[in-house]
Amino acid sequence: MLMGLFNYWIVVVLMMIGLYIVIAHGNLIKKIIGLTTFQTSVFIFYISMAKVDGGTAPILADDIIQYSNPLPHVLILTAIVVGIATTAMALSLVVRIKEAYGSIEEEEIQQQDNQIQEDEKNGRQA
Amino acid sequence: MLLIFLVVVAIAIIRMKNLFAVVMLTGIYGLLSASFLVVMDAVDVAFTEAAVGAGISTLLMLVVISMTGHRERTTRHKPLLALLVVTITGGLLIYGTLDMPYFGSADAPIHNHVASRYINDSMQEIGVPNIVTSVLASYRAFDTFGEVVVIFTAGIGVLALLSIAHRPEDGDKTGSFNDSLNEQHLIVRIVSKILIPFILLFALYVQFHGDYGPGGGFQAGVIFASAIILYSMLFGLNIARKVINQPFIQFISAIGVLLYGSVGLASILSGGNFFDYNVLSNDHITGQHLGILLIELGVGCTVASVMIIIFFNFAGRREMQQKNEREHNKNQELS
Repeated sequence: MLMGLFNYWIVVVLMMIGLYIVIAHGNLIKKIIGLTTFQTSVFIFYISMAKVDGGTAPILADDIIQYSNPLPHVLILTAIVVGIATTAMALSLVVRIKEAYGSIEEEEIQQQDNQIQEDEKNGRQA
Repeated sequence: MLLIFLVVVAIAIIRMKNLFAVVMLTGIYGLLSASFLVVMDAVDVAFTEAAVGAGISTLLMLVVISMTGHRERTTRHKPLLALLVVTITGGLLIYGTLDMPYFGSADAPIHNHVASRYINDSMQEIGVPNIVTSVLASYRAFDTFGEVVVIFTAGIGVLALLSIAHRPEDGDKTGSFNDSLNEQHLIVRIVSKILIPFILLFALYVQFHGDYGPGGGFQAGVIFASAIILYSMLFGLNIARKVINQPFIQFISAIGVLLYGSVGLASILSGGNFFDYNVLSNDHITGQHLGILLIELGVGCTVASVMIIIFFNFAGRREMQQKNEREHNKNQELS
């Protein structure tokens, strides 16, 4: 009984590790790595659901009766490539942020933003 | 067992402060999850994950941390609160899994809807042994079209954010800089020079053999791109740009999407539904084969060229930053 849900529990653990990195770390690259960890855990979840005991890879051959479910494989196959494309997009935003602020730590960026806002306020008052 | 390794690596990713080590660990994480996917019978997916998770994404992150710095600052905001949120969410999710059908059970709801039709009828309807390919390229071709457009859009996004006007007259300076850097890795260069043609050939095999074995446009695209990326890492961006110039590769990425879409339009014009390949030829199996071949080619073109565009732009940005820094230093020395 315990082993029956083991894969899903590991998926939850990996997902929560990803979520923790996204919440608790200020470094933007670390945050993106957290997101990819989260993403991979979803991949593992789908593929675990597709597995059938005694089944093989879904490539038709004559003397095989049991196949694993091909549909989740298709969904995840495309999701992986879309995932790297969107991750690249996020990384390019990080590069631009580094160029604009000189830092990729969330707190330093926030500080600079607050500074700019205050300066503007003071300028208006003066 | 592989799953436990995955958790260990993920925890190490949290603990590490050095981003270089973290990026290497994500490479290992990608490779481990690819091996796990093989165990779970998802060979096509494992293929993609091995090329993407362990290859391209690690390389992209390496390029980015070389621009943004290797160290993470030690301060974390509210780790206890985050831990609390994460524990509660995780607990709820685990409570949710208690109602799930057990792993590997054949009578789970997921296996009782369309999957049995794909497994039992796809040979008569599509005539392609690899069910993943027939679902990807024929039953759910419209979905896949959407995914390809998303990839294309991400490529455009990276271009918009990072592209720099490339002036050929500065090429010589950066080129010589790269050469001096590359001469240190003579063995790596020679080995990969021997390997690259085989990687390209393998990508073409994966592309056109996707009907019969694991493979297809997505996998071939990322493998092809990783060969080009390897080349440009070892021989410098300028030489790689001479082999594949950027306007050409941008053109190819658009051609891929257009080829995919026009197969759909062709099937409308010959009297079928969008992406209904049966009408493309007199014999429906031949029509399906033709349709799948063409759209896989479109997917392969777009994926490969978008990955190459992304890498070229990141690396180009880095070169520009390095050059600006050197000029800045030179100016400081002069003054």
